[in-house]
Amino acid sequence: MEAATFRPFGTHDWVHMKILLASFLALLSFAVVAADDNELIQALAPDLTSKSAPQRLHAIDTIASSPASRKAVWLQAMIDGDLYQLKSTDDMVIATKQGKEYAVAKASDGTDMGVEKKRALRKIRIDNRMRSYLRSLMGTFALSSDDVDERLKAVNALIGSVDSTTVERIRELEPQESSEQVRDKMGLLISIHDLENGTEAQQADAFSFVSGRLDNDVINSLRRLSVSSDNELVAVRAADLLAKAESSKRWYAHIETLFFGVSLGSVLVVAAIGLAITFGVMGVINMAHGELIMLGAYTTYFVQQLFPNAIDYSLLIAVPAAFIVSGSVGVLIERTVIRHLYGRTLETLLATFGISLILQQTVRTFVSSQNVAVINPSWMTGSWMVNPALSLTLNRMVIIGFCLLVFAILLLVFTRTGFGLQMRAVAQNRQMARAMGIRSARVDAMTFGLGSGVAGIAGVALSQLGNVGPNLGQTYIIDSFIVVVFGGVGNLWGTLVAGMSLGIGNKLLEPWIGAVLAKIILLVFIILFIQKRPSGLFPQRGRAVEN
Amino acid sequence: MKKTVSAFVLSVATMAATTAVSAADTIKVGVLHSLSGTMAISETTLKDTMLMLIDEQNKKGGLLGKELEAVVVDPASDWPLFAEKARELIEKEKVSAIFGAWTSVSRKSVLPVIEELNGLMFYPVQYEGEESSKNVFYTGAAPNQQAIPAVDYLMNDVGATRWVLAGTDYVYPRTTNKILEAYLLDKGVPAEDIMINYTPFGHSDWQSIVAEIKQFGSAGKKTAVVSTVNGDANVPFYKELANQGVSAEDIPVIAFSVGEEELSGFDTTPLVGHLAAWNYFMSVESDANDEFIDAWQAFIGSDERVTNDPMEAHYIGFNMWVKAVEKAGSTDTDAVEEAIIGISVPNLSGGYSTMMPNHHITKPVLIGEIQDDGQFDIVWETSGLVAGDAWSDFLPESKQIISDWRAPLACGNYNVTKGVCSGQNL
Repeated sequence: MEAATFRPFGTHDWVHMKILLASFLALLSFAVVAADDNELIQALAPDLTSKSAPQRLHAIDTIASSPASRKAVWLQAMIDGDLYQLKSTDDMVIATKQGKEYAVAKASDGTDMGVEKKRALRKIRIDNRMRSYLRSLMGTFALSSDDVDERLKAVNALIGSVDSTTVERIRELEPQESSEQVRDKMGLLISIHDLENGTEAQQADAFSFVSGRLDNDVINSLRRLSVSSDNELVAVRAADLLAKAESSKRWYAHIETLFFGVSLGSVLVVAAIGLAITFGVMGVINMAHGELIMLGAYTTYFVQQLFPNAIDYSLLIAVPAAFIVSGSVGVLIERTVIRHLYGRTLETLLATFGISLILQQTVRTFVSSQNVAVINPSWMTGSWMVNPALSLTLNRMVIIGFCLLVFAILLLVFTRTGFGLQMRAVAQNRQMARAMGIRSARVDAMTFGLGSGVAGIAGVALSQLGNVGPNLGQTYIIDSFIVVVFGGVGNLWGTLVAGMSLGIGNKLLEPWIGAVLAKIILLVFIILFIQKRPSGLFPQRGRAVEN
Repeated sequence: MKKTVSAFVLSVATMAATTAVSAADTIKVGVLHSLSGTMAISETTLKDTMLMLIDEQNKKGGLLGKELEAVVVDPASDWPLFAEKARELIEKEKVSAIFGAWTSVSRKSVLPVIEELNGLMFYPVQYEGEESSKNVFYTGAAPNQQAIPAVDYLMNDVGATRWVLAGTDYVYPRTTNKILEAYLLDKGVPAEDIMINYTPFGHSDWQSIVAEIKQFGSAGKKTAVVSTVNGDANVPFYKELANQGVSAEDIPVIAFSVGEEELSGFDTTPLVGHLAAWNYFMSVESDANDEFIDAWQAFIGSDERVTNDPMEAHYIGFNMWVKAVEKAGSTDTDAVEEAIIGISVPNLSGGYSTMMPNHHITKPVLIGEIQDDGQFDIVWETSGLVAGDAWSDFLPESKQIISDWRAPLACGNYNVTKGVCSGQNL
């Protein structure tokens, strides 16, 4: 599990591995005749192409223990899935994808053999288990790499799965290691080994090293020791450390749950806050709110399609673009449909429901009925490791921050600008506001546009979490209404508090009773709550009450 | 106005004329796949596959000297409409066989109609089993042709000893997981090493569940996830796994409903290295497959289009039907039903598939690893063919039940211990 924190599947890894490979090759100064290489790999061809995994593993071991000069190239090619056999001549080759075809080079000496179709090649099957085995083989080579990242990765790959010869080698390397991080990991690796296999003195050192550590391998190793050690003292010491580690792990688990809750809450708030404006302030039941979110998500997709080389910056363009797209669609809806229906709640509901269907079908017809792939920028993938027991995912953290930012801006617009003042005035008493010279029709259109635009930027955020497809809006519309109604119609603070408490409540319940029941229980709770307090957490004064 | 009316009359007349002609010397084949609604994404491809297969057969000279004619209807992802459309195909269009349905609920909806009218249906999708109808041929995988071998692979080749069974909360995952749980317990896996989790349709917030899986997998034992998570919920699930740093090398996820077609709508980066179990992958290396892909891409007019497992099931089912009709010398339902049992046709992975007496077929089982181009690298396959088992041997309520449609038993639900043949359901 330790290796997991380094995302072994990031694309960067392959690049690094190739760099590592080059440096490793440079280290191989002893010359071996290429003919032997060719003989070896061709002799292993039947094993490598075999359907039986043990046979392929055997071939890998044979390669690793052979003196072949190009063995690292082959092992690396296997990790990358680039090792093939040419069907026509049975030659083992390394093939890399070039457009629709494959550039082929002879495995034994790297001679270029031209381009071939995929069908002319037989792939050497490598599964996850073999790949991690290959990686640990390469890892022992990489320990002496010049690149700090490579060494770190190599040590991480070895933690928990080292034999005693490698440990001795690392023991020698450790004092000369320049990077503190790598040295720390080396120490950890040695300690985990020594806990169960070291001499008494080594074991004592190891105990003081792992004290206070929360790495999984440490905990598992302590757990084994605490039950199976022959030495009473060691067992007690292990049990003691284990109990400490587990109690702080429990602590971090609570923090993690809280983080999950806040993050779910921020998603709910982001999705609902546009509705809090259109439904809350204007009293319009806008069933097309979800589709305005969807339009925002699709805007992100199109921005990424337009600038395929700037994915990392795409969201910065997508946020204003989505605000404009959804906002203008919102103004259009308000001007053409909703303004004729003010005060007629049921008709508004039906009309906007119709609009939502039209918008969905438009996307289905003109884009695709299939989901589209929106890519996460690199700064939103992976997680921030606080310690081995707690890591916070970056995309969730960005969305929490984004939610708070949107909330703060909206609050400022509402309370600190002239437009916000007019908006509140119209919401509280339309007649009086008009008498004071406020053009209420224009304020209505602007308010609806603002709410729709905010729905659009919610779409940008949500496109980073889940599917982007024609049905995206339907997933969020119900939740959005629940949040707004629970929070109290027409109150931004209510939306924030309601969204967060629903999110946290959901995440607290989920580990106990499962996702399905958690949702049901929350809905039941809201039904009961609305019975008691029909106007939500923060009841509003103004037009909505007078009506 | 007059013009339109006369044009209308004319077109109706032509239509009537063509039907009159075609009724005489064609054999009709019904295609019952949703072309609109939520299932259209998956089912439209199968409709096109059928049109291609029929077209190819006609180029080879048709069947029994007659031309084949496809009758395409649209049940619009509306389950009761499947029954109505099936009735229309059999009663009004007089089709000789129906190829169709995707979801289990749509198949269950067609079942009473097809049995009442004694029609023939070929069902091409992997399903939960526990069914065998006289009038239906199941060319997709039964649980023992997908789920069980997948678990075997994880257990023997990956070395998994702790299991997470994660699924969407509906009938297919529930039944499959029930079978898998019984199978794992049977194999000696202790109950505390099995975690079962259900989520609602379209679940998007996987944080807690992934954290739980991570925690569950940190006990120092190799852990694997068997996923029957449906459609839309998959993308956020895999994204969360990747973001929380769970890699396929640590905790592999094997899925039963993620195929080439689904992957074409995903950003595949977070999925790379995870697994899927099917009976066919587009990347299978065989001449039959190369030909099929070429024919498909030429028929559909795009070399970007992918092939997938249910398409192969239709390919097998259609060829079996053709052979059975030739053997029986007629398209009569009873004659074809009798002739088809035991018929073998080439499948796309380079072997042959045979129709078994329980109306399921034999297939190889393949495990593929997801690649960044949306294709699968085959990492494992069963050494031989696996025959579909209609009634799971691992469920206490169905293990004594067998299905054999040959005379004299001719029963899809025969209880061996009691010696009785009951109806369709238990």
